[in-house]
Amino acid sequence: MKHIISVLVENKSGVLAKVAGLFSRRGFNIDSLAVGTTDDMNISRITLVVNAENHSIEQVTKQLYKLINIIKIQELDPGNIVERELVLIKVSADSRTRPEILEIVNIFRANIVDVAKKSLMIEITGNNRKVDALEELLKPFGILELVRTGKIACTRGSKY
Amino acid sequence: MSKISGAQMLIKSLKEEGVEVIFGYPGGVVIPIYDVLFDSDIRHILVRHEQCAAHAADGYSRATGKTGVCMATSGPGATNLITGIANAYMDSIPIVAITGQVATPVIGTDAFQEADITGITAPVTKHNYLVKDVEDLPRIIKEAFYIASTGRPGPVLVDIPADVSRAMIDSNFKAEMNLPGYKPTTRGNLRQVKQAVKLIYDSKKPVIFAGGGVISSEGSDVLREFTDFAGIPVITSLLGKGVYPETEELSLGMAGMHGTRYANITFMETDLIIAVGTRFDDRVTGKLSEFAVNARIIHIDIDPAEIGKNMETLIPIVGDAKTVLTDLLSNYREITDKKGKPDRSEWLKWIKRMKKEFPQRYDRASKKLKPAYIIERIYDITGGDAIICTEVGQNQMWAAQFYKFTRPRTFISSGGLGTMGFGLPAAIGARLGKPDKTVIDIAGDGSIQMVSHELATAVSNKIPVKIMLLNNGYLGMVRQWQELFYKKRYSATCIDNCVDFLKLADAYGCSGIRVKNAGEVDDAIKKALSIDNVVLVDFLIDPDENVFPMVAPGSPINKMLEG
Repeated sequence: MKHIISVLVENKSGVLAKVAGLFSRRGFNIDSLAVGTTDDMNISRITLVVNAENHSIEQVTKQLYKLINIIKIQELDPGNIVERELVLIKVSADSRTRPEILEIVNIFRANIVDVAKKSLMIEITGNNRKVDALEELLKPFGILELVRTGKIACTRGSKY
Repeated sequence: MSKISGAQMLIKSLKEEGVEVIFGYPGGVVIPIYDVLFDSDIRHILVRHEQCAAHAADGYSRATGKTGVCMATSGPGATNLITGIANAYMDSIPIVAITGQVATPVIGTDAFQEADITGITAPVTKHNYLVKDVEDLPRIIKEAFYIASTGRPGPVLVDIPADVSRAMIDSNFKAEMNLPGYKPTTRGNLRQVKQAVKLIYDSKKPVIFAGGGVISSEGSDVLREFTDFAGIPVITSLLGKGVYPETEELSLGMAGMHGTRYANITFMETDLIIAVGTRFDDRVTGKLSEFAVNARIIHIDIDPAEIGKNMETLIPIVGDAKTVLTDLLSNYREITDKKGKPDRSEWLKWIKRMKKEFPQRYDRASKKLKPAYIIERIYDITGGDAIICTEVGQNQMWAAQFYKFTRPRTFISSGGLGTMGFGLPAAIGARLGKPDKTVIDIAGDGSIQMVSHELATAVSNKIPVKIMLLNNGYLGMVRQWQELFYKKRYSATCIDNCVDFLKLADAYGCSGIRVKNAGEVDDAIKKALSIDNVVLVDFLIDPDENVFPMVAPGSPINKMLEG
């Protein structure tokens, strides 16, 4: 089962390695990981997506809490969050295929951020399904490069 | 405004933490620190290998309850500490390890004697620090000692680059701790305590299962009070030995792989386990799915991650063992004041019968020199008043089985990590912490050879520990497993007769005594205790003796093999 875990940590060197180490030591693969500072420069948020059994995720969460630099851990309920990921896709395009690609991009409300003779760069934000669908449609044209930021998420409502 | 160096600030901060002794070994990048230490009244004990500095700090801590301190240089000095740090981590012992590091501008360049020690020790420390600015140093030292000794205790490493040691700082520089994410729970939830008390009151066959957490919280006295008031028998883990007097009727000794038969049987019979400061380690539970199948579990531990990790728990109580036990006792008193004490005479009668039916035993009639006999004699002659350190293996289990521990902090042994070579350096640390106690290392001929160089440390610092060497010419515990489970194929376990331990003792300036038969045992022990020097007694024990009873790995704990 997929779990989205949001971790507030002190913004210090080595903290990310300790968090990641806790997962790797228990044999978990981290599907995605996004890190950035919060409104307080001294505090960073790590958003992790991990595939694991409920029992083992509970144990990892408890072990995470034991890391001194960790301030707060939240497992996010997928039904009650807004989740986003930013993806950049560089796709092969020439004068013949460009109009078709532009049409797809428009339908997905994605943006073209770079145009070259033989390629286009597309920027898209959204949830996994939207990104996956776009990727699927662009594949026949030849995807040259694809870069994802990793998922970030925030709970709905005024609770934080 | 006077300025001092980072090294001076370090020693000043250590003094403020009440540090009296540092176990260490110098090297290039820590020379500035050693230079300051030279004029300090903090005692420095020069070990012969850094691993033993960590073990000695560990032994010092276990004997005294204070935080032990060890120090090493960068690179190999630091990496040599690791086994000692991992050992303290597994057994939740508070130590602070200080390592030198190459200067900050060259960190990460593979400089001479550079090792990423904070990276390497991350999985075996409670926390670690790389000090990058001298102004962080006083805060970090304060935090290191606080983190090591509070909550679930454990080792903290502080890595200090050479330029930070040399940098200058205002001598009055003060810094406060800043640990927004560290708030250990000490007081247990009172509602859960009340639920637990009700469960205990209604239980027909309760048992207390106490571990090292009770000792580290200094909760032994309260545990004893609660036990005696409630009339509930006590089983301990290996690290819980001494938490409740093993001489008492309510004591069932240690459970587990080499535990007492009656403790293991009791676990299968009880309807309620009150586990305090223990983590249901696999050496205790045996086959987990068949462990304590009739029992409900109240689990008291300061580390929430331990609760429910191995055993399903009915009532979890996160808190400091002593504090929670105090609350349990007062609430239990309240309930018995109202309703009277529950009648558990049947249960206690059954316990008594089990103890009588399945005593600890060995072949007393044998003409051979039996290790169990030696341990019993050590117990009698010391009046049970010594601090007993052990190595790891058969020697450790015999010591655990046949010496009756009556007070906390008198049994010092490597539990979780099972580190051979722990006993001698730990004994050195323990004796420094408790200079008026007899400190004995129960050793094996395998383990002692991993650290025999520390005889030099003991002799040159006049630390008169007594080494009782149970010499059987084998790596005995492994040989025992090979005998029982590997068709007696003794691969790499015979180390027979290649060392003359008396000559070894003599070379280091220790007194050596050799004992070949049971008749000489008493005199040798008495002589060893009377000599004001490090003494090594080489007991040539029956080489075929094994540790029994024994639960085969993966078996339920009531299926015990007999000798």
